[in-house]
Amino acid sequence: MFENFLYGYGYQMWLGAQITIILSLTALFFSIVIGLVTALAKLSGKRYLLYTATCYTTIIRGVPDLVLMLLIYFGGQVLVNSLVAKLGYNTYINISPFLAGTVSLSFIFGSYMGETFRGAILSVPKGQLEAAYAHGLTYMQTTIRILIPQMIRYAIPGISNNWQVLMKTTAFVSIIGLEDIVRKASLAGNSTAKPFLFYITVALFYLAFTLASMVLIYYLEKKYSRGYKAGIL
Amino acid sequence: MDFSIITENYLLYLKGMGVTLQVLFVSTAIGSAIGIPVAVLMLSANRAIKLSSYSFVTFFRGTPLVIQLFLIYYGLGQFAFVRESFAWILLEKPFFCAVLALALNNAAYTAEIVRGALVATPHGEIEAAHALGMSRYQSFIRIILPSALRRSIPAYSNEVIFMLHGTVVVSLVTLYDITGVARFINSRYYSPYEAFITAALLYMVITFCLIAIFKQIEKRGLAYLTHGR
Repeated sequence: MFENFLYGYGYQMWLGAQITIILSLTALFFSIVIGLVTALAKLSGKRYLLYTATCYTTIIRGVPDLVLMLLIYFGGQVLVNSLVAKLGYNTYINISPFLAGTVSLSFIFGSYMGETFRGAILSVPKGQLEAAYAHGLTYMQTTIRILIPQMIRYAIPGISNNWQVLMKTTAFVSIIGLEDIVRKASLAGNSTAKPFLFYITVALFYLAFTLASMVLIYYLEKKYSRGYKAGIL
Repeated sequence: MDFSIITENYLLYLKGMGVTLQVLFVSTAIGSAIGIPVAVLMLSANRAIKLSSYSFVTFFRGTPLVIQLFLIYYGLGQFAFVRESFAWILLEKPFFCAVLALALNNAAYTAEIVRGALVATPHGEIEAAHALGMSRYQSFIRIILPSALRRSIPAYSNEVIFMLHGTVVVSLVTLYDITGVARFINSRYYSPYEAFITAALLYMVITFCLIAIFKQIEKRGLAYLTHGR
Protein backbone atom coordinates (compact mmCIF):
# COMPACT_ATOMS: atom_id res chain seq x y z
CA MET A 1 0.00 0.00 0.00
CA PHE A 2 2.85 2.36 0.88
CA GLU A 3 5.21 1.07 -1.84
CA ASN A 4 5.23 4.14 -4.01
CA PHE A 5 3.82 6.62 -1.57
CA LEU A 6 6.16 9.56 -0.81
CA TYR A 7 8.92 8.33 -3.14
CA GLY A 8 8.98 4.97 -1.40
CA TYR A 9 9.47 6.48 2.04
CA GLY A 10 5.80 6.16 2.99
CA TYR A 11 6.36 3.00 5.00
CA GLN A 12 9.33 4.46 6.86
CA MET A 13 7.26 7.55 7.71
CA TRP A 14 4.49 5.31 8.96
CA LEU A 15 6.95 3.48 11.22
CA GLY A 16 8.14 6.83 12.55
CA ALA A 17 4.57 7.94 13.12
CA GLN A 18 3.90 4.79 15.15
CA ILE A 19 6.88 5.54 17.38
CA THR A 20 5.66 9.10 17.89
CA ILE A 21 2.18 7.89 18.81
CA ILE A 22 3.41 5.16 21.17
CA LEU A 23 5.88 7.51 22.81
CA SER A 24 3.32 10.24 23.40
CA LEU A 25 0.74 7.83 24.81
CA THR A 26 3.29 6.22 27.14
CA ALA A 27 4.46 9.63 28.30
CA LEU A 28 0.84 10.72 28.77
CA PHE A 29 0.17 7.75 31.03
CA PHE A 30 3.23 8.31 33.21
CA SER A 31 2.77 12.06 33.34
CA ILE A 32 -0.77 11.57 34.63
CA VAL A 33 0.56 9.25 37.34
CA ILE A 34 3.33 11.68 38.29
CA GLY A 35 0.86 14.56 38.14
CA LEU A 36 -1.55 12.86 40.52
CA VAL A 37 1.22 12.13 42.99
CA THR A 38 2.47 15.74 42.74
CA ALA A 39 -0.99 17.19 43.25
CA LEU A 40 -1.70 14.94 46.24
CA ALA A 41 1.72 15.85 47.68
CA LYS A 42 0.96 19.54 47.32
CA LEU A 43 -2.41 19.16 49.02
CA SER A 44 -1.26 16.68 51.67
CA GLY A 45 -0.61 19.41 54.24
CA LYS A 46 2.80 17.92 55.00
CA ARG A 47 5.42 20.60 54.67
CA TYR A 48 8.30 18.50 53.30
CA LEU A 49 6.04 17.02 50.62
CA LEU A 50 4.79 20.47 49.65
CA TYR A 51 8.35 21.83 49.37
CA THR A 52 9.59 18.90 47.31
CA ALA A 53 6.63 19.13 44.93
CA THR A 54 6.92 22.91 44.61
CA CYS A 55 10.65 22.63 43.91
CA TYR A 56 9.96 20.05 41.22
CA THR A 57 7.27 22.08 39.43
CA THR A 58 9.29 25.30 39.65
CA ILE A 59 12.39 23.73 38.11
CA ILE A 60 10.42 22.12 35.30
CA ARG A 61 8.62 25.36 34.48
CA GLY A 62 11.84 27.33 34.42
CA VAL A 63 13.82 25.05 32.13
CA PRO A 64 13.10 24.39 28.44
CA ASP A 65 12.03 20.83 27.59
CA LEU A 66 14.87 20.21 25.16
CA VAL A 67 17.51 21.09 27.77
CA LEU A 68 15.89 18.73 30.28
CA MET A 69 15.68 16.02 27.67
CA LEU A 70 19.36 16.37 26.78
CA LEU A 71 20.28 16.45 30.47
CA ILE A 72 18.34 13.27 31.16
CA TYR A 73 19.63 11.51 28.05
CA PHE A 74 23.33 12.37 28.31
CA GLY A 75 23.38 12.78 32.08
CA GLY A 76 21.47 9.55 32.62
CA GLN A 77 24.00 7.73 30.47
CA VAL A 78 26.90 8.99 32.58
CA LEU A 79 25.05 8.30 35.82
CA VAL A 80 24.13 4.73 34.94
CA ASN A 81 27.62 3.91 33.72
CA SER A 82 29.35 5.39 36.74
CA LEU A 83 27.01 3.34 38.94
CA VAL A 84 27.83 0.22 36.94
CA ALA A 85 31.54 0.96 37.27
CA LYS A 86 31.19 1.45 41.02
CA LEU A 87 29.47 -1.89 41.32
CA GLY A 88 32.53 -3.41 39.72
CA TYR A 89 31.21 -4.31 36.28
CA ASN A 90 33.16 -3.46 33.20
CA THR A 91 30.39 -3.03 30.67
CA TYR A 92 29.09 0.02 28.91
CA ILE A 93 25.34 0.47 29.04
CA ASN A 94 23.54 2.49 26.41
CA ILE A 95 20.36 4.16 27.51
CA SER A 96 17.79 3.72 24.80
CA PRO A 97 16.55 7.00 23.35
CA PHE A 98 12.99 5.74 23.77
CA LEU A 99 13.50 5.33 27.51
CA ALA A 100 15.18 8.73 27.81
CA GLY A 101 12.41 10.33 25.78
CA THR A 102 9.64 8.73 27.81
CA VAL A 103 11.29 9.55 31.12
CA SER A 104 11.94 13.18 30.26
CA LEU A 105 8.53 13.79 28.70
CA SER A 106 6.73 12.17 31.65
CA PHE A 107 8.86 14.15 34.04
CA ILE A 108 8.18 17.45 32.28
CA PHE A 109 4.46 16.99 31.79
CA GLY A 110 4.04 15.40 35.20
CA SER A 111 4.63 18.84 36.65
CA TYR A 112 2.08 20.50 34.35
CA MET A 113 -0.43 17.74 35.08
CA GLY A 114 0.25 18.27 38.77
CA GLU A 115 -0.92 21.87 38.54
CA THR A 116 -3.99 20.84 36.55
CA PHE A 117 -4.93 18.15 39.05
CA ARG A 118 -4.33 20.43 42.01
CA GLY A 119 -6.85 22.89 40.63
CA ALA A 120 -9.30 20.12 39.78
CA ILE A 121 -9.04 18.49 43.20
CA LEU A 122 -9.76 21.83 44.85
CA SER A 123 -12.90 22.10 42.70
CA VAL A 124 -14.42 18.93 44.14
CA PRO A 125 -16.87 19.98 46.86
CA LYS A 126 -15.45 19.31 50.29
CA GLY A 127 -18.69 17.77 51.47
CA GLN A 128 -18.08 14.83 49.14
CA LEU A 129 -14.86 13.94 50.95
CA GLU A 130 -16.36 14.55 54.36
CA ALA A 131 -19.25 12.26 53.48
CA ALA A 132 -16.76 9.60 52.39
CA TYR A 133 -14.84 9.82 55.64
CA ALA A 134 -18.11 9.79 57.57
CA HIS A 135 -18.91 6.49 55.88
CA GLY A 136 -15.68 5.13 57.27
CA LEU A 137 -13.64 5.12 54.06
CA THR A 138 -9.88 5.39 54.50
CA TYR A 139 -7.75 8.11 52.83
CA MET A 140 -6.78 5.76 49.99
CA GLN A 141 -10.35 4.64 49.42
CA THR A 142 -11.63 8.20 49.45
CA THR A 143 -8.98 9.32 47.00
CA ILE A 144 -9.52 6.49 44.55
CA ARG A 145 -13.30 6.05 44.77
CA ILE A 146 -14.57 9.54 45.49
CA LEU A 147 -11.98 12.20 44.73
CA ILE A 148 -10.39 11.04 41.46
CA PRO A 149 -13.59 10.12 39.56
CA GLN A 150 -15.13 13.50 40.31
CA MET A 151 -11.93 15.43 39.83
CA ILE A 152 -11.46 14.09 36.27
CA ARG A 153 -14.37 16.22 35.05
CA TYR A 154 -12.65 19.42 36.13
CA ALA A 155 -9.26 18.22 34.95
CA ILE A 156 -10.19 17.27 31.37
CA PRO A 157 -9.71 20.72 29.80
CA GLY A 158 -6.30 21.02 31.46
CA ILE A 159 -5.31 17.46 30.54
CA SER A 160 -6.28 18.07 26.94
CA ASN A 161 -4.16 21.23 26.81
CA ASN A 162 -1.18 19.43 28.31
CA TRP A 163 -1.69 16.49 25.98
CA GLN A 164 -1.59 18.71 22.93
CA VAL A 165 1.60 20.38 24.10
CA LEU A 166 3.10 16.98 24.97
CA MET A 167 2.32 15.65 21.52
CA LYS A 168 4.15 18.52 19.90
CA THR A 169 7.08 18.20 22.28
CA THR A 170 7.67 14.63 21.09
CA ALA A 171 9.16 16.22 17.96
CA PHE A 172 12.29 16.86 20.03
CA VAL A 173 13.06 13.18 20.62
CA SER A 174 14.56 12.96 17.16
CA ILE A 175 17.44 15.03 18.53
CA ILE A 176 18.38 12.34 21.03
CA GLY A 177 18.34 9.82 18.21
CA LEU A 178 14.91 8.26 18.35
CA GLU A 179 13.64 7.13 14.96
CA ASP A 180 10.40 9.09 15.20
CA ILE A 181 8.54 10.70 12.34
CA VAL A 182 10.68 13.86 12.42
CA ARG A 183 13.91 11.90 12.06
CA LYS A 184 12.44 9.76 9.27
CA ALA A 185 11.35 12.91 7.49
CA SER A 186 14.78 14.47 7.77
CA LEU A 187 16.44 11.32 6.42
CA ALA A 188 13.96 11.02 3.59
CA GLY A 189 14.17 14.72 2.84
CA ASN A 190 17.94 14.56 2.58
CA SER A 191 18.08 11.56 0.29
CA THR A 192 15.31 12.70 -2.06
CA ALA A 193 16.24 16.41 -1.91
CA LYS A 194 12.58 17.14 -1.18
CA PRO A 195 12.66 18.25 2.47
CA PHE A 196 9.59 20.48 2.18
CA LEU A 197 7.40 17.59 1.07
CA PHE A 198 8.43 15.43 4.01
CA TYR A 199 8.26 18.14 6.64
CA ILE A 200 4.83 19.25 5.47
CA THR A 201 3.74 15.60 5.73
CA VAL A 202 4.95 15.60 9.33
CA ALA A 203 3.14 18.88 9.98
CA LEU A 204 -0.09 17.43 8.58
CA PHE A 205 0.40 14.29 10.66
CA TYR A 206 0.65 16.36 13.84
CA LEU A 207 -2.34 18.44 12.77
CA ALA A 208 -4.41 15.31 12.18
CA PHE A 209 -3.24 13.85 15.49
CA THR A 210 -4.28 17.07 17.25
CA LEU A 211 -7.69 17.20 15.59
CA ALA A 212 -8.33 13.50 16.26
CA SER A 213 -7.55 13.94 19.93
CA MET A 214 -9.79 16.99 20.09
CA VAL A 215 -12.69 14.86 18.92
CA LEU A 216 -11.84 12.18 21.47
CA ILE A 217 -11.62 14.74 24.26
CA TYR A 218 -15.01 16.14 23.30
CA TYR A 219 -16.57 12.72 23.89
CA LEU A 220 -14.62 12.20 27.12
CA GLU A 221 -15.87 15.55 28.38
CA LYS A 222 -19.40 14.48 27.60
CA LYS A 223 -18.92 11.16 29.33
CA TYR A 224 -17.54 12.62 32.53
CA SER A 225 -20.18 15.36 32.64
CA ARG A 226 -22.99 12.82 32.81
CA GLY A 227 -25.25 13.67 35.68
CA TYR A 228 -24.35 17.34 35.52
CA LYS A 229 -26.62 19.82 33.82
CA ALA A 230 -24.89 22.01 31.29
CA GLY A 231 -25.07 25.73 31.81
CA ILE A 232 -25.83 25.85 35.49
CA LEU A 233 -23.18 27.77 37.31
CA MET B 1 31.39 17.32 38.72
CA ASP B 2 33.96 19.73 37.45
CA PHE B 3 32.61 23.21 36.92
CA SER B 4 35.98 24.60 35.87
CA ILE B 5 34.88 23.71 32.33
CA ILE B 6 32.14 26.27 32.71
CA THR B 7 34.28 28.98 34.27
CA GLU B 8 36.75 28.56 31.41
CA ASN B 9 33.99 28.87 28.86
CA TYR B 10 31.74 31.39 30.57
CA LEU B 11 32.14 33.80 27.68
CA LEU B 12 30.53 31.27 25.34
CA TYR B 13 27.56 30.98 27.68
CA LEU B 14 27.24 34.76 27.91
CA LYS B 15 27.26 35.00 24.13
CA GLY B 16 24.68 32.22 23.99
CA MET B 17 22.51 34.12 26.42
CA GLY B 18 22.81 37.14 24.14
CA VAL B 19 21.63 35.11 21.15
CA THR B 20 18.72 33.63 23.13
CA LEU B 21 17.55 37.04 24.35
CA GLN B 22 17.99 38.60 20.92
CA VAL B 23 15.94 35.88 19.23
CA LEU B 24 13.32 36.11 21.98
CA PHE B 25 12.85 39.88 21.78
CA VAL B 26 12.92 40.20 18.01
CA SER B 27 10.52 37.32 17.45
CA THR B 28 8.03 38.30 20.17
CA ALA B 29 8.02 41.88 18.87
CA ILE B 30 7.30 40.74 15.31
CA GLY B 31 4.94 38.09 16.66
CA SER B 32 2.75 40.62 18.45
CA ALA B 33 2.84 42.97 15.49
CA ILE B 34 1.36 40.17 13.36
CA GLY B 35 -0.71 38.49 16.06
CA ILE B 36 -2.86 41.42 17.15
CA PRO B 37 -4.13 42.24 13.64
CA VAL B 38 -4.74 38.53 13.05
CA ALA B 39 -6.87 38.43 16.21
CA VAL B 40 -9.01 41.21 14.77
CA LEU B 41 -9.26 39.40 11.43
CA MET B 42 -10.43 36.26 13.22
CA LEU B 43 -13.50 38.21 14.35
CA SER B 44 -14.17 39.59 10.89
CA ALA B 45 -17.63 39.11 9.41
CA ASN B 46 -16.06 38.24 6.06
CA ARG B 47 -16.01 34.44 5.69
CA ALA B 48 -12.83 34.28 3.58
CA ILE B 49 -10.85 36.48 5.96
CA LYS B 50 -12.12 34.57 8.96
CA LEU B 51 -11.30 31.19 7.42
CA SER B 52 -7.79 32.17 6.37
CA SER B 53 -6.90 33.72 9.72
CA TYR B 54 -8.28 30.67 11.55
CA SER B 55 -6.29 28.31 9.32
CA PHE B 56 -3.13 30.30 9.98
CA VAL B 57 -3.67 30.05 13.73
CA THR B 58 -4.66 26.36 13.63
CA PHE B 59 -1.64 25.41 11.55
CA PHE B 60 0.88 27.19 13.73
CA ARG B 61 -0.72 26.06 16.99
CA GLY B 62 -1.32 22.50 15.84
CA THR B 63 2.16 21.63 14.61
CA PRO B 64 5.46 21.51 16.51
CA LEU B 65 7.67 24.58 16.36
CA VAL B 66 10.64 22.47 15.24
CA ILE B 67 8.72 21.34 12.18
CA GLN B 68 7.79 24.92 11.34
CA LEU B 69 11.44 25.91 11.59
CA PHE B 70 12.60 22.95 9.50
CA LEU B 71 9.95 23.72 6.90
CA ILE B 72 11.29 27.24 6.54
CA TYR B 73 15.01 26.58 6.90
CA TYR B 74 15.43 23.24 5.14
CA GLY B 75 12.12 22.98 3.30
CA LEU B 76 11.96 26.17 1.28
CA GLY B 77 15.31 25.45 -0.34
CA GLN B 78 13.64 22.61 -2.22
CA PHE B 79 11.99 25.04 -4.61
CA ALA B 80 14.09 26.53 -7.35
CA PHE B 81 11.99 29.68 -7.56
CA VAL B 82 12.67 30.40 -3.90
CA ARG B 83 16.39 29.85 -4.35
CA GLU B 84 16.43 32.20 -7.30
CA SER B 85 14.33 34.92 -5.70
CA PHE B 86 15.85 37.81 -3.79
CA ALA B 87 14.30 36.48 -0.55
CA TRP B 88 16.89 33.70 -0.63
CA ILE B 89 19.51 36.11 0.71
CA LEU B 90 17.47 36.13 3.92
CA LEU B 91 16.14 32.59 3.81
CA GLU B 92 19.56 30.97 3.69
CA LYS B 93 20.48 32.68 6.97
CA PRO B 94 19.67 30.49 10.00
CA PHE B 95 19.07 33.52 12.23
CA PHE B 96 16.45 34.95 9.90
CA CYS B 97 14.68 31.60 9.53
CA ALA B 98 14.70 31.03 13.29
CA VAL B 99 13.23 34.44 13.97
CA LEU B 100 10.66 34.01 11.20
CA ALA B 101 9.48 30.63 12.50
CA LEU B 102 9.33 31.79 16.11
CA ALA B 103 7.59 35.04 15.15
CA LEU B 104 4.89 33.26 13.12
CA ASN B 105 4.40 30.72 15.88
CA ASN B 106 4.17 33.47 18.48
CA ALA B 107 1.79 35.43 16.26
CA ALA B 108 -0.63 32.49 16.16
CA TYR B 109 -0.64 32.03 19.93
CA THR B 110 -0.88 35.77 20.57
CA ALA B 111 -3.78 36.03 18.12
CA GLU B 112 -5.67 33.33 19.99
CA ILE B 113 -5.06 35.05 23.35
CA VAL B 114 -6.10 38.48 22.09
CA ARG B 115 -9.14 37.04 20.30
CA GLY B 116 -10.26 35.48 23.55
CA ALA B 117 -9.85 38.79 25.36
CA LEU B 118 -11.68 40.71 22.61
CA VAL B 119 -14.63 38.33 22.75
CA ALA B 120 -14.75 38.66 26.53
CA THR B 121 -14.98 42.47 26.49
CA PRO B 122 -17.70 43.49 28.97
CA HIS B 123 -20.68 44.69 26.99
CA GLY B 124 -21.02 47.79 29.15
CA GLU B 125 -17.68 49.12 27.90
CA ILE B 126 -18.85 48.97 24.29
CA GLU B 127 -22.22 50.52 25.12
CA ALA B 128 -20.52 53.31 27.06
CA ALA B 129 -18.28 54.05 24.07
CA HIS B 130 -21.29 54.22 21.74
CA ALA B 131 -23.21 56.34 24.24
CA LEU B 132 -20.34 58.83 24.17
CA GLY B 133 -20.87 59.13 20.43
CA MET B 134 -17.81 57.21 19.27
CA SER B 135 -17.97 55.57 15.88
CA ARG B 136 -17.41 51.83 15.51
CA TYR B 137 -13.78 52.40 14.53
CA GLN B 138 -13.15 54.90 17.31
CA SER B 139 -14.64 52.72 20.00
CA PHE B 140 -12.59 49.77 18.76
CA ILE B 141 -9.27 51.62 18.72
CA ARG B 142 -9.80 53.63 21.89
CA ILE B 143 -11.84 51.35 24.11
CA ILE B 144 -12.20 47.74 23.05
CA LEU B 145 -8.65 46.97 21.87
CA PRO B 146 -6.77 48.63 24.77
CA SER B 147 -9.08 46.97 27.27
CA ALA B 148 -8.63 43.56 25.62
CA LEU B 149 -4.85 43.94 25.41
CA ARG B 150 -4.68 44.74 29.10
CA ARG B 151 -6.76 41.74 30.01
CA SER B 152 -4.58 39.47 27.89
CA ILE B 153 -1.40 40.34 29.80
CA PRO B 154 -1.51 37.35 32.22
CA ALA B 155 -1.97 34.82 29.40
CA TYR B 156 0.56 36.65 27.28
CA SER B 157 3.20 36.48 29.99
CA ASN B 158 2.83 32.69 29.96
CA GLU B 159 3.20 32.75 26.20
CA VAL B 160 6.43 34.74 26.41
CA ILE B 161 7.86 32.14 28.78
CA PHE B 162 6.84 29.40 26.37
CA MET B 163 8.57 31.41 23.66
CA LEU B 164 11.75 31.56 25.75
CA HIS B 165 11.57 27.79 26.03
CA GLY B 166 10.84 27.63 22.32
CA THR B 167 14.00 29.53 21.40
CA VAL B 168 15.95 26.31 22.04
CA VAL B 169 15.03 25.24 18.52
CA VAL B 170 17.48 27.76 17.08
CA SER B 171 20.27 25.48 18.32
CA LEU B 172 19.03 22.95 15.75
CA VAL B 173 19.82 25.25 12.83
CA THR B 174 23.46 25.81 13.70
CA LEU B 175 22.98 28.85 15.96
CA TYR B 176 24.79 29.03 19.29
CA ASP B 177 22.17 30.08 21.80
CA ILE B 178 22.37 28.83 25.40
CA THR B 179 21.32 25.32 24.37
CA GLY B 180 23.63 25.38 21.38
CA VAL B 181 26.58 26.28 23.60
CA ALA B 182 25.60 23.59 26.12
CA ARG B 183 25.47 20.97 23.39
CA PHE B 184 28.85 22.11 22.10
CA ILE B 185 30.41 21.95 25.58
CA ASN B 186 28.87 18.52 26.17
CA SER B 187 30.18 17.08 22.93
CA ARG B 188 33.62 18.60 23.43
CA TYR B 189 34.27 17.63 27.07
CA TYR B 190 31.66 14.88 27.43
CA SER B 191 30.38 16.49 30.60
CA PRO B 192 26.58 16.56 30.32
CA TYR B 193 25.90 17.64 33.91
CA GLU B 194 28.06 20.73 33.88
CA ALA B 195 26.97 21.77 30.39
CA PHE B 196 23.23 21.28 30.70
CA ILE B 197 22.80 22.23 34.35
CA THR B 198 24.48 25.55 33.60
CA ALA B 199 22.14 26.05 30.66
CA ALA B 200 19.13 25.10 32.81
CA LEU B 201 20.16 27.61 35.48
CA LEU B 202 20.57 30.39 32.91
CA TYR B 203 17.11 29.66 31.50
CA MET B 204 15.65 29.65 35.00
CA VAL B 205 17.20 33.04 35.72
CA ILE B 206 15.71 34.49 32.52
CA THR B 207 12.34 32.89 33.27
CA PHE B 208 12.16 34.36 36.76
CA CYS B 209 13.25 37.79 35.51
CA LEU B 210 10.49 37.67 32.90
CA ILE B 211 7.94 36.62 35.52
CA ALA B 212 9.03 39.52 37.76
CA ILE B 213 8.80 42.01 34.89
CA PHE B 214 5.33 40.84 33.92
CA LYS B 215 4.21 41.01 37.56
CA GLN B 216 5.14 44.70 37.53
CA ILE B 217 3.37 45.29 34.22
CA GLU B 218 0.28 43.52 35.54
CA LYS B 219 0.37 45.63 38.68
CA ARG B 220 0.32 48.80 36.61
CA GLY B 221 -1.82 47.74 33.69
CA LEU B 222 -4.42 45.71 35.51
CA ALA B 223 -4.62 47.77 38.70
CA TYR B 224 -8.13 48.90 37.83
CA LEU B 225 -9.33 45.30 37.73
CA THR B 226 -8.02 44.39 41.16
CA HIS B 227 -9.08 47.65 42.77
CA GLY B 228 -10.94 47.10 46.00
CA ARG B 229 -10.08 43.41 46.14
